[in-house]
Amino acid sequence: MTDFTLWDIVRNLLFALRWTVLLSLVSFVGGGVIGLLVLFARIAKRRFARLPAKLYIELFQGTPLLMQLFLVFFGLGLFGISVPAWLAAGVALVLWTAAFLGEIWRGCVEAIAKGQWEASASLGMSRLEQMRHVILPQALRIAVPPTVGFSVQVVKGTALTSIIGFIELTKAGTIITNATFQPFTVYGLVALFYFALCWPLSLTSRLLERKLHVSHRHH
Amino acid sequence: MSLIAITDVRKSFGQTEVLKGIDLDIEPGEVIAIIGKSGSGKSTLLRCINGLETINGGSIAVAGVHVSGEDRQLRELRLKVGMIFQQFNLFPHLSAGRNVMLAQTVVKKTPKEEARRIAEEMLDRVGLGNRFDALPEELSGGQQQRVAIARALAMKPAALLCDEITSALDPELVAEVLQVVRKLAEEGMTLITVTHEMNFAREVCSRVVFMHLGKVHEIGPPEAVFGAPKTPELRQFLGMQ
Amino acid sequence: MTYSFNFMWLATYYPVIVKGILITLELTIVGGVLGIALGILCAFVKLYGTAPLRVVVATYVELIRNTPFLVQLFFIFFGLPALGIRLGELEAANIAMVVNLGAYACEIIRAGIQATPRGQFEAGASLAMSRLETFRHVVLVPALQRIWPALSSQVVIVMLGSAVVSQIAAQDLTYAANYIESRTFRSFEAYSVTTAIYLILAILVRQAMAGVGRLVFPRRVSR
Repeated sequence: MTDFTLWDIVRNLLFALRWTVLLSLVSFVGGGVIGLLVLFARIAKRRFARLPAKLYIELFQGTPLLMQLFLVFFGLGLFGISVPAWLAAGVALVLWTAAFLGEIWRGCVEAIAKGQWEASASLGMSRLEQMRHVILPQALRIAVPPTVGFSVQVVKGTALTSIIGFIELTKAGTIITNATFQPFTVYGLVALFYFALCWPLSLTSRLLERKLHVSHRHH
Repeated sequence: MSLIAITDVRKSFGQTEVLKGIDLDIEPGEVIAIIGKSGSGKSTLLRCINGLETINGGSIAVAGVHVSGEDRQLRELRLKVGMIFQQFNLFPHLSAGRNVMLAQTVVKKTPKEEARRIAEEMLDRVGLGNRFDALPEELSGGQQQRVAIARALAMKPAALLCDEITSALDPELVAEVLQVVRKLAEEGMTLITVTHEMNFAREVCSRVVFMHLGKVHEIGPPEAVFGAPKTPELRQFLGMQ
Repeated sequence: MTYSFNFMWLATYYPVIVKGILITLELTIVGGVLGIALGILCAFVKLYGTAPLRVVVATYVELIRNTPFLVQLFFIFFGLPALGIRLGELEAANIAMVVNLGAYACEIIRAGIQATPRGQFEAGASLAMSRLETFRHVVLVPALQRIWPALSSQVVIVMLGSAVVSQIAAQDLTYAANYIESRTFRSFEAYSVTTAIYLILAILVRQAMAGVGRLVFPRRVSR
């Protein structure tokens, strides 16, 4: 117990921090790709594409991320695959992120004035061409701040993977606490590390949003 | 002693001086119309009188209370002067009656039943006795503005400030509001109105103040101001050139 | 896949689930009511407070919004005893939820207040109301009405987030699922049923918030 200096605690936490960062990146990128698919299904013309996407979003936004982690962890197990924690963590977080990003982006697409759809349609563009050349470029601009903002939720969401045994920052905190019996210091530091990851993202998101508002006012 | 004493009042927004030394004394029972182009400072002067804007120089006193930035004094002052706004500014979550009751109960600590009785009386006075429970959004613009007048009257002010109170109204609704103000004037209420309604100013007011570039450019009874304007600026404003 | 699903355990264990549901609801109601109250207080301080108070509130809000709820919970339950503050599982869970929602509610409510037209403040002032009186009687209710949907979503998010209080052995719905899982080894079934219940609870909480909204805010007659 006396063997642990503050530096030992910090070092061990930093060691685990990279798994938090890596998992966040994978979830965000993977979730972004699938989120795009969700978005396209959600705004499709055909009902049979829209409905499953809507259900998908409702399901993932209406249930705890922790339950989703458990279901993936134990659900994949049903197929006789013994799932390592990191895989279950990655899969669940990607699916969860996709639902939220898909919904955020749908809001951005729908914020584009109807006149833009009508104008591009009257120029003879197909729906795909309209999306590609007219709608998405505009939607992208307003989508950046909330997307960056959501990345904070992803980083914080990775903390839950400690519960299924993935050793990231929070789990490392628990392990070190059990060894040092200094929960106040250790969890305080864990919180500070999360803060160091998330706060710059929050600030960036807010800054981008303010910029967007200003440029909107000038046009 | 005059009810409202305005002495050498100056007000700037940043670099621009909007009021450049205003002097004006108003006696009890007077009905004053302030006219002038937009940007002449007339609304700012009105807002200075009840402390919505703080003045940079000079002094304003209402019934002996000096207008300063100090909170307790502001409260005392605002109990003496009511204000009606261009945009009505009714409280959207309260019924017409509750709009009139609110400040009575909160500020004057009037008991609820008494406040209710006064509210009914004031709504009656503006011809809306039957709309006590209506929400603002259920009322026309003219009706909303009349509720706003009732709301100010319920505080029993010594003077009423009216800031372009018909400017946001559809033309057909202007008359019903002016009718109420006319009645108040006849009953002896001290009124200071910033207005574009020249007929109203001519018929109802005891004095007309023409403001130009942050100064009182001409002042006098309506017959003089409208009948024999002395300065080219006023003649131009009245479209007499 | 040769796995056969089995839900027979429900017959034995449903009381555990019911108890879990009740605790999750209790946490949500206490967290919701006190969290929104805390949010209103913080929003007021952040807009009208003195500079030092504003810094305190801003720090609190940023700290909470940029750290995981799970870590906040652990800090309160495991960390605070170092300062002599010892809390039971449910107390710690309740406090963590109030503190968490309070920070989010603060930002949401502040946005609602800032969207108040200037004329409302001026009307209040011209009727001789003080700043606090104007806030309380004129500004607050329409501001809450403006952001009620966002606030409702946040309450649902906090309810779903409460699943992690099982990690400090607070006996909520997730704790019930873990308990059943450990007895029956029917992991997938136990968590599926629980997940479905959470989904229903989320819908119920949303409806309840809408109901509260209808009670508190005046009905809009004309649409």
